Amino acid sequence: MKEIKIKTKDLTLYYGSKMALNSISVEIPQNQVTALIGPSGCGKSTFLRTLNRMNDLIPNVRITGEVLVDNFNIYDKNVDSVNLRKKVGMVFQKSNPFAKSIFENVAYGPRINGVNDKKKLTEIVETSLQRAAIWDEVKDRMHDSALGLSGGQQQRLCIARTMAVDPEIILMDEPASALDPISTSKIEELIFNLKENYTIIIVTHNMQQAARVSDHTAFFYMGELVEFGKTKKIFTVPVKKQTEDYITGRFG
Amino acid sequence: MKKVQKITGGIMMGTTALSVIIIIAIIIIMLVVIIIGGKDQLSWKFLTSFPEEGMTKGGIFPAIFGTALMVLIMSVAAVPLGAITAIYLTEYAKDRSWIAISVRFAVRTLAMVPSIIFGLFGLGFFIKFVGGGMDQAFFGGHLTWAQPNILWASLTMALLTLPVVIVSVEESIRTVPRELREASLALGATKWQTIRKIVLPGSRSGILTGTILAVSRGAGEVAPILFTGAAYYLATLPRGLSDQFMSLGYHVYIMSTQSVNVDQTLPIQFATTLVLLMLTFSLNLVAVIIRSRLRKSH
Repeated sequence: MKEIKIKTKDLTLYYGSKMALNSISVEIPQNQVTALIGPSGCGKSTFLRTLNRMNDLIPNVRITGEVLVDNFNIYDKNVDSVNLRKKVGMVFQKSNPFAKSIFENVAYGPRINGVNDKKKLTEIVETSLQRAAIWDEVKDRMHDSALGLSGGQQQRLCIARTMAVDPEIILMDEPASALDPISTSKIEELIFNLKENYTIIIVTHNMQQAARVSDHTAFFYMGELVEFGKTKKIFTVPVKKQTEDYITGRFG
Repeated sequence: MKKVQKITGGIMMGTTALSVIIIIAIIIIMLVVIIIGGKDQLSWKFLTSFPEEGMTKGGIFPAIFGTALMVLIMSVAAVPLGAITAIYLTEYAKDRSWIAISVRFAVRTLAMVPSIIFGLFGLGFFIKFVGGGMDQAFFGGHLTWAQPNILWASLTMALLTLPVVIVSVEESIRTVPRELREASLALGATKWQTIRKIVLPGSRSGILTGTILAVSRGAGEVAPILFTGAAYYLATLPRGLSDQFMSLGYHVYIMSTQSVNVDQTLPIQFATTLVLLMLTFSLNLVAVIIRSRLRKSH
């Protein structure tokens, strides 16, 4: 077992009076891909968004329990969510490049962190685009608008943009759900290669995808963590009946 | 029953068609009368020269210049204040907080206040209170700022046009997708960095439209500047903020009510009206074009 990167203790979340997460305790290992699966509305995206405190932006959210990143509670009063998000990056379901050039999209993160040196920026942008496996496709049009890229390219650009901030953890919220099969396989290949340097947590609706890319899988149902374990085990010999029903497609 | 319905329908259609025709006719008659009355007077010389011989001859340059300068100062005051208010309302205030509710209520009320009230307010607040205070404090009571001038008139006009700016900036800020804000925040940007680098650039055209609409409104209004800075006639252009100025709208009013010889100055009056109309029409047209482009891009 690898080192633990993220650990939650009795994490409970309410939207107003509605409980969305019920006492989630889980340990997510470093430099591995962890997939969060479960039917719509089960709380997996909500859980993902607690890990970089994106839920802070939604009014009436109340959170109890602890989320420890590197043994440090990110819901501690002294924690600055802005700094946290530099360490815990996020890729969204719908690719969301800024209405700026390809270069400026990737340079955005470093720039807001105070990197202004042109040479250094160029270097960061280039490395990030290479890691996101999109460099060859965009290197000749760095200053064209990012909105002119295809959906799959936009999503890989967003991954490059996230990596440019040099996070340790990357959260992915159904990153391939709006993409064609070829783009999806490119993203999956990318995820597989990224785990060497990053801890990746991915929400997905696609069982095969979870089975293909992840090392560990967490199954959520109605705001509860039903089962967590090695992906191989979850997909072959699940402990709980509910998990088995879901992955074999009997419900959800 | 069928027949009755048919007749009712026919009457309704006739009524609506008639209303439309009346409205279009009014606009056409107005334009035709103004164009016919003013076209002979309108010339490059008319636009660029001063009035002559007790304003019975010559041009309207000081009025054009004064209007332009006034709307410029007005924009400098109204656009930043309006934009900041709009940013506060959309980005910082919680929707149902008492402060957001009262700001929105104030903006709506401000938009309903008759323009002459703004004029009176400007006279009481800017000239008597602020200007008077400044004269007491810095000029030993010597009358300097406690009288109508272009600064007070522009600020009064800024108050009048503030709701226009706030509403259009607010509208355009709301068109910036939530996904982009989230993307920026997820990269470790602060709220203010996100507003400055993502939200504001994304609502540039809305801010521009708001400014243009405010300018076109401000250029045409007379009541707010009546007591606060517009002059009947000036032999020179304003040289500073404490000088009075001539304005197109006020000039039309002067020409039609205070002229020494109404028959002789009628063409000047028509031509001035024509200039004012063309100015506000073209400004509004630009605003409409920008707005439709904005809609398309989203």
